[in-house]
Amino acid sequence: MTENSASPRQGAPNAFWSLANPGRFMGYSGTLLPWLAVITLALLSYGLYKGLFVAPADYQQGESMRIMYIHVPAAWMAMGVYSLMTMSSLGTLVWKHPLADVSQKAAAPIGATFTALCLITGSLWGKPTWGTWWEWDARMTSVLVLLLIYLGIIALWRAIDEPLRAARAVAIMTLVGAVNLPIIKFSVDWWNTLHQPASVFKKGGPSIHPAMLEPLLVMGLAFGFLFGCLQIIRMQAEIMNRRAERLALRQANAEA
Amino acid sequence: MIATLRAVLSRELTLAARIGAGVELGIVFFLILISVTPFALGPDQKLLSRLAPALLWIAALLATLLGLDRLLQADEEDGVLDELMLSETPLELILLTKAFAHWLVTGLPLALLAPVLGLMLAISPAAMLPLALSLLVGTPALTFLGLVGAALTVTLRRGGLLLSVLVLPLTAPILIFGVSIVREAAEGRSFTTPLALLGGITLISAVVSPVAAAAALRFTRQ
Repeated sequence: MTENSASPRQGAPNAFWSLANPGRFMGYSGTLLPWLAVITLALLSYGLYKGLFVAPADYQQGESMRIMYIHVPAAWMAMGVYSLMTMSSLGTLVWKHPLADVSQKAAAPIGATFTALCLITGSLWGKPTWGTWWEWDARMTSVLVLLLIYLGIIALWRAIDEPLRAARAVAIMTLVGAVNLPIIKFSVDWWNTLHQPASVFKKGGPSIHPAMLEPLLVMGLAFGFLFGCLQIIRMQAEIMNRRAERLALRQANAEA
Repeated sequence: MIATLRAVLSRELTLAARIGAGVELGIVFFLILISVTPFALGPDQKLLSRLAPALLWIAALLATLLGLDRLLQADEEDGVLDELMLSETPLELILLTKAFAHWLVTGLPLALLAPVLGLMLAISPAAMLPLALSLLVGTPALTFLGLVGAALTVTLRRGGLLLSVLVLPLTAPILIFGVSIVREAAEGRSFTTPLALLGGITLISAVVSPVAAAAALRFTRQ
């Protein structure tokens, strides 16, 4: 699963396949990365400034609601990264795309981190707002299950030594998880409404004020770009890692 | 094809009976789990009766996980799995049969025995049959999900823990609907909605998981 065996369709005039060549990926992602990093920094500083200093405080929750500008984008990314992993898994199993498993492997810990960030900031936000660090509320529970699935996937990556076999096993696990996630979400919602018909809290009111919406969207965009940067860095590291392993193997073979 | 599947089924059941992973042992394990809980919680009848559905379902979950890591690994070690994969009968159906055999040994006895154990945990009489029904309908889904985990971890020496980590988060809906059937019944309400949903999950998993498990075996054992 590497640049040597790279693509069965090297000559195909398809941009999708030529971008898939790991060697070429290292090239264009390297030039792309600084630009992405600059955009991320700009968006993050603008969004954080707007969110933390300019946007009005909530009339009920006061300043504590500003954690929303981290919490909500993190939640978006938690789900977005899983969708990306699902598509990568399809790429691994269906098209045997040489970068798909690299992308899946790179994304898993980032997604887990965003999910954990979402849970932690939610917990910090919950303490002053609802008076409790943790509530077995439907939304929190389903995000927690998502985190557990992420962790299971990372554990599976670590358990199987050979990258190709690990990639396929993980891809199947990711797809099974993707089928299950809507069911979990749905069942957990149902479970919650059955036992706590009236929730204690309201989510941000019926509509969100434009002055709050703008920094929120900017932060969402910033988190998206941040993920792009981290993903490229991790993918490059993974490709280099595999090259290093292959070189070490070749050397060991030559010596033997 | 039918003959092959029948042979697989009878082989599984014979193996289960002779290796000591048979019906009796599963029941004893279930019984021990149930009798250990009052030691931990105290012999408070009211508390036990409130917790009983959850306890029985968690016990069923653990009992199902128990033999799962050996479900395919034993066959992998002695080469039977290669034979099964080479056979003309679709691997999906063979895996479905193996999962069914596993359920016959673990899930079914628990479902049949659950009302008696529920008695020990002071469960309300109205909830006895729904409890057995919920286990009867829900435990196959646990086995089917476990089958995918078993296929993914088949080549790992110590796959048992990883298997639990992979499978347990996915069982959340089964647990939720299973327990809510018993709760609704105990409070004298209709429980057809959770029962239908649980049945749906079991049927979906019966279709999806053998396909996923077969794909996992084909992809990872080359």
